[in-house]
Amino acid sequence: MNQTQTTGALTIKLIVLAIGALLLFAPFLFQDVRSLEVAARICIFIVLVASYDLLIGYTGIVSFAHTMFFGFGAYGAAILLKGMGPGWTPVILGALAGVGVSLVFAIAIGLLSLRVKAIFFAMITLAAASVVLVLISQMSGLTGGEDGITYKAPDLFKPATKLLTDDEGKVVRLWDVRLNGKLAAYYFVFLTSLILFLLMLRFTTSPLGTVLKAIRENEQRAEAIGYRVVAYRTFVFCLSATMASLAGTIYAVWLKYTGPDTSLSFAIMIDILLMVVIGGMGTMWGAVIGAVLLVLAQYYLRDLMGAASEAMAGIPVLPNLLAADRWLFWLGIIFILLVYFFPKGIAGTAMDKGAAK
Amino acid sequence: MDRISEILGRMGGVNLLPVALAAVAFILIGAPSSWATLTVAGLAMGMMVFLMASGLSLVFGLMDVLNFGHSAFVSFGAFIAATVLAGLSTWLAADSVALNTAALVMAFLAAILFGLVAGWFFETVIIRPVYKDHLRQILITMGAMIVAEQTILAFWGGTPFTVLRPHFLEGSWIIGDVSIEIYRGFAFLLGLAVFVGLYLVMNRTRIGLLVRAGVENREMVEALGFRVDRLFIAVFMLGSGLAALGGAMWAGYETLITPALGSELMIIVFIVVIIGGLGSIEGTLLGAILVGLMSNYLGFLAPKMALASNMILMVAILLWRPNGLKPAV
Amino acid sequence: MSLLTLDHMKTDIGQYAVLHDVSLTVPEGGVFVLLGRNGAGKTTTLRSIMGLWNASPGSVKFRGQDITSLHTAEIAKLGIAYVPENMGIFGTLTVDENLVLAADKGRIDPTRLKRVHTLFPALERFRDKKAWSLSGGQKQMLSVARAIMEPRELILIDEPTKGLAPAIVDSMGEAFREIGQDSTILLVEQNFNFARKLGRDMAVIDDGRVVHQGSMEAFAADTGLQDRLLGLAM
Repeated sequence: MNQTQTTGALTIKLIVLAIGALLLFAPFLFQDVRSLEVAARICIFIVLVASYDLLIGYTGIVSFAHTMFFGFGAYGAAILLKGMGPGWTPVILGALAGVGVSLVFAIAIGLLSLRVKAIFFAMITLAAASVVLVLISQMSGLTGGEDGITYKAPDLFKPATKLLTDDEGKVVRLWDVRLNGKLAAYYFVFLTSLILFLLMLRFTTSPLGTVLKAIRENEQRAEAIGYRVVAYRTFVFCLSATMASLAGTIYAVWLKYTGPDTSLSFAIMIDILLMVVIGGMGTMWGAVIGAVLLVLAQYYLRDLMGAASEAMAGIPVLPNLLAADRWLFWLGIIFILLVYFFPKGIAGTAMDKGAAK
Repeated sequence: MDRISEILGRMGGVNLLPVALAAVAFILIGAPSSWATLTVAGLAMGMMVFLMASGLSLVFGLMDVLNFGHSAFVSFGAFIAATVLAGLSTWLAADSVALNTAALVMAFLAAILFGLVAGWFFETVIIRPVYKDHLRQILITMGAMIVAEQTILAFWGGTPFTVLRPHFLEGSWIIGDVSIEIYRGFAFLLGLAVFVGLYLVMNRTRIGLLVRAGVENREMVEALGFRVDRLFIAVFMLGSGLAALGGAMWAGYETLITPALGSELMIIVFIVVIIGGLGSIEGTLLGAILVGLMSNYLGFLAPKMALASNMILMVAILLWRPNGLKPAV
Repeated sequence: MSLLTLDHMKTDIGQYAVLHDVSLTVPEGGVFVLLGRNGAGKTTTLRSIMGLWNASPGSVKFRGQDITSLHTAEIAKLGIAYVPENMGIFGTLTVDENLVLAADKGRIDPTRLKRVHTLFPALERFRDKKAWSLSGGQKQMLSVARAIMEPRELILIDEPTKGLAPAIVDSMGEAFREIGQDSTILLVEQNFNFARKLGRDMAVIDDGRVVHQGSMEAFAADTGLQDRLLGLAM
């Protein structure tokens, strides 16, 4: 089925374009600290989820080690920013170090899984990720352990930095928004995320991406035609790991804090899985939609659930299930139902609509 | 070289690995009494992990189903047993071994019963619709695990739960200068009994014959006139019941449990089934014993390495034998 | 009355249509041979009859009963046995355990076992050996033996002579002739010389369609037809 020319596909692309526009003007449209936080998180998770989609959507491999790569990138920048002080050199070196470590792990896991059944891949990545999580929590001298590392971002991103000053030396306001370092930091996140996402989008339409789709459709046939399926898969695994690692570096620069909970934890892995499945696997557009929906839900739905829980007070267990902390319970159920009934997710299902046969 | 491997093969082949591991550890640890304590602890842990892992391994072997939610049965088993023990605290406090034992038996039975019922539910509702689709299987069972973990949090809360245990299992046996925790000895023996029972069922009964044949070639068993899918429900329920029992025993072993217990043990369980070779009871036991010993020895020698050591063990074994030590087929 | 009727059977494997239109009538008794080139759809036909692949649209009727949508195990219980191309031996079980599995009640009928041992003496000699240690021919014998542990009316056999030594092929032929006296055999075969000596009726399948059905005698005499239908495959 050709998905590219359906009315549904057009709708999805328009929605993604609208999301892009909203993110571009986010600092001017939503002028509070929390909204900017949400917008930046959405940008980073779009990259993270899209890079995961390269793997799960285009090769059908389930990896549970994606946050591990995300964490390598984040810790690379964090450790160097802490050690060398704020500046661009530690950010760039940190990004490179993160990518380097990620590639070493990706290749090692890839080579190991060459020798074993494909189904082991999910189990091996899960084991590797949890071992790395424990090790990083234990190496407190370098990583700050459970507490993580707090550091300063490059000077440009300090809230006190004035991008433009008027005659009196005060920071210029554009539509009531101060042109300060916080704004610069947001646009750093937005632009780098945009570039990485476009690179991945370009990749999926390249000849290599076409080969991957062929492999996904029919592995045996692709093998018969002469594609070395395993080599392609390992390559995509490495690419996906690189992108995740870079997303981690961006997030570390934005947050000015890196700890197990913000970069490595299994909860983030579950978020990524939910986003990619809700959005729709194998479309790239789905990553955008999934990330937006889930990050919004994380920030705003929890408040709603808290209110609902209070309203239900007195009924046994139900308030517990509705408590804001239990939102994963409901997401888990939605997740299962989606995988049953809409395995293609929002984007995949919509793109099949209005298909010209 | 061939001669050596032939001699080793006759002496038990890969079954010698735990013995070799114990021997190396003996030299490294130096103190025989510590070594003996750690070995018993390792064997006890191995047996409990075996209970948790055996079902997962068989389920995969028989139907090619990989259940990432398996650890939920372990967690529920632990919490249900702990709750029953707490409810029967008067029996436990009574100065009667019979009442103590009754409380323990009740707790274990409750866990097993829950495992059987939950296993039936899981198989028919969660897994049945996604047979033969590994991608969706992994996703759905992972989703189910999240829901199960959250349910435990909703019912029991996030704070650690103290597990009572019968008086006669407290304390240690002292043999010379070796001290062995009684509960560990008990866990080892109970695990061993279950293994022997399972081994006899698999090798001496018609059901066992069908399971072994089904692991090797499901289609052919069906072509001979047997409904493997119905057999599979039974195996799945049995595996879930055993996992819950393993969890219940683990609760008594740890004495303080949190809802994260399942996902922590899941990593170990996965490593065990991969090392042992999917689909085989003997392989799972071997993997579990290896992992149990390794964890305890390294927990003593280099505590920070304990978890990573299992990972290294897995990588080394997979490089040597890609299908695990004793795969069923 | 015909024992087995395939009516416009069509089978897809994944997104590929393998059988387009297979209609076939297998009469009761003797050996019915299904010929065809590699990849023509012979194995798929047998697997579809056995319910291992879903044949629809179209129907499979056994003694007039529609078995198209029955479970494989139910089809087997109706009296159809299957000897697959890869023999489907349980290598980790012993020879006897393989045979026990084939007995419905889990107990081997001694007279049946005697018959199997007379047909294939090797299976008696190696009865306690693990099946993986048998030779290729012995594995094939075990696979056929499993199919006759219970009285089955129809036995589907897929390329039993592939890769076997000529002497074993001959004794296999003897066994089939003997089995064909009280069961019907639907035999898929590439070895035409083997098949022509056994078959009473035959059909040729090509590119997922039955292109010829008739008596073996007539087909064996018509070399032109053989050339056209089977081509270089023979």
